[in-house]
Amino acid sequence: MTSTSRRASGGAGRNVDLIVFAVLVAALLVAPLAVYPVLLMKVLCFALFACAFNLLIGYGGLLSFGHAMFFGFAAYVSGYTVKTWGFSTELGILAGTAVAAALGLVAGVIAIRRQGIYFAMVTLALAQMVFFFCLQAPFTGGEDGIQAIPRRPLFGLVDISGDLSLYYVVLAIFAAGFLIIWRTIHSPFGQVLKAIRENEARAVSLGYAVDRFKLIAFVLSATLAGLAGATKALVFQLASLTDVTWQMSGEVVLMTLVGGMGTVFGPIVGAAVIVVMQNTFTGFGEWVLVAQGCIFVLTVLLFRRGIVGEIVAIARRRAAAGEAVGREAPAGG
Amino acid sequence: MKTKSMLLGGLAAAALCVGTTGHASAQMSDGVIKIGVLNDQSGTYADLSGQGSVFAARKAVEDFCKAQKCEKIEVVFGDHQNKPDIGAGVARRWYDVEQVDMIVDTPTSSVAFAVNQITREKNKVFLNSGAGASDLTGSACSPNLVHWTYDTWALAHGTGSAIVKQGGKSWYFLTADYAFGHALERDTAAVVEKMGGKVVGKVRHPFPAQDFSSFLLQAQASKAQVIGLANAGADTINSIKQASEFGIVQGGQKLAGLLVFITDVHALGLKTAQGLTFTEAWYWDTSDANRAFAKEFAAANKGNYPTMVQAGVYSAVMHYLKAVHALGSDADGAKVVAKMKEMPTDDKLFGKGTIRADGRKIHDLMLVEVKKPEESKGPWDYHKVVATIPAAEAFRPLAEGGCALVK
Repeated sequence: MTSTSRRASGGAGRNVDLIVFAVLVAALLVAPLAVYPVLLMKVLCFALFACAFNLLIGYGGLLSFGHAMFFGFAAYVSGYTVKTWGFSTELGILAGTAVAAALGLVAGVIAIRRQGIYFAMVTLALAQMVFFFCLQAPFTGGEDGIQAIPRRPLFGLVDISGDLSLYYVVLAIFAAGFLIIWRTIHSPFGQVLKAIRENEARAVSLGYAVDRFKLIAFVLSATLAGLAGATKALVFQLASLTDVTWQMSGEVVLMTLVGGMGTVFGPIVGAAVIVVMQNTFTGFGEWVLVAQGCIFVLTVLLFRRGIVGEIVAIARRRAAAGEAVGREAPAGG
Repeated sequence: MKTKSMLLGGLAAAALCVGTTGHASAQMSDGVIKIGVLNDQSGTYADLSGQGSVFAARKAVEDFCKAQKCEKIEVVFGDHQNKPDIGAGVARRWYDVEQVDMIVDTPTSSVAFAVNQITREKNKVFLNSGAGASDLTGSACSPNLVHWTYDTWALAHGTGSAIVKQGGKSWYFLTADYAFGHALERDTAAVVEKMGGKVVGKVRHPFPAQDFSSFLLQAQASKAQVIGLANAGADTINSIKQASEFGIVQGGQKLAGLLVFITDVHALGLKTAQGLTFTEAWYWDTSDANRAFAKEFAAANKGNYPTMVQAGVYSAVMHYLKAVHALGSDADGAKVVAKMKEMPTDDKLFGKGTIRADGRKIHDLMLVEVKKPEESKGPWDYHKVVATIPAAEAFRPLAEGGCALVK
């Protein structure tokens, strides 16, 4: 992991990232011609969710096991405000995102005081509290969820009732969210965050207010997770308990691990793999879970850096072999 | 760097304006009647719906085609994993891409609501057998939906009124502490009191719960004649198991399950489940036709016998095919459902019945009591039918549901 950050902070790495991203967006722009748009939208929502999660674990070294609370609760808030209060689409998404940010602030203030497994447990406990709140609160509709959330025209102009037009809105939201994350990672703030991940004590000794950096990263991650959740509520026109359960918190960990933790594009690939698998294997019934388990085991056993992490490592090994001998060998991992 | 990101932003914004045309609406029937069985294939409800429902749907097609000439009919199935977004995703894909004309079964109320809404939007047909939510024919009712087998209102009222009639006057409720449990308790308590019974107390347990001992001891101490279990799934199974350990039924109190299926009884075993009273829409050991169906079903499904949900799938698919044939087209979902409502239903499992304006299928229900182990003569010989609830009183009166289709 050390080498990733060192390399990515260089100018070349950034350019490569942007080129890859431009190709990805270009591919996504024409993708609905070949792939079913609703599936693509789902992939994009989960990709943004996983990217937000990756910001925290991959770059901040903080394993949150309660990210579903931001994702799911934002979905409820945007669903409720749009359906019951008659909010417009963009306001509904903003409301969900804002509430997720506020929730992230509260959860973050409590959780960042602890490290490692205790941090994970605190976030899990808070997420369970949110789950039980959602289960009991009358506005969430219990296990029926909020259904039939209307798709109102965006800004009162753009009709998004069709899947294809909505797809491009979701793609724009995803691209914006991704660029925010990418910018954060490559900012001085991101550098400090990585320093804290590598050696927190040293970051403190250098005079950084470590807690404040962690809190900002946590809130940012929660906000973007909320944005993903609020968007998903709009795509499926429903918000339900599934999105706030601890299983959802686990699923985003799985997506990030399969794709490649601490890589810029890993979570996107991971989300695509898991979501596409869940959707295409529905005809195989009970084998979905078996296949999901097998893929997870294979990932952990065979390529621990995740799909993208492994590709990056191979590319780097090739590049290192080409470079002059005597240079510092890249860290294996 | 900046120009590049701005370029990307512009690209995305331009994309916003391009994609404003919606999907073309569904075409005329493509020569195939395609039936999608959407249910739980791997989780809690896999036993009561799952592959058994797929078998039932295929069997209905087979029987229909035996009786008369039929064109190509296909049955596909999918697993919604009890998650509404997965279920909604499958339903949209089926309707948009795979030309599915009708979705059947779909337990788990949150998934059922989602599929109901999509079906209406796409003007297809949704025949629900597995979900209990009575709002499907109430506030969420749709011209594209028939709710076939049962609903929570029917089960709560059926069990409540029949037990009071038999002399179970004092009730104590064990309720799962969330909206579903509250609704079940409220509905049942209302009918118990209307019939002249009395609710002596209630206790709410967290959802989901593992340990019911303190709640059960309170119920036992209340000396109520009947303990109503206003919960579902694993909570019901756990509370029945633990009640058996406390000897509650042997002590003379009756356990009333408000949402129990024959597969739950099978999982519990007769020793644990004996004396449990609940409402069923269909039981295999009630007629020769039912027994023959059950025998064939068991041979194809690892010895398991059909539940009322699976039998409901058979009956619903059969009636759907009849309506499509009478109409000569499966293209317009609302028209097919209107035809289904117009024609009286009649099939070998559910017999004669009707479908109401709000989409509620009407038939008799029965109150059953689980046999003692020594009374059971063979595999899956679990129920004693103690009362029949006539169709006219079995379901919620049409005017009370608040369905917009009812004038």
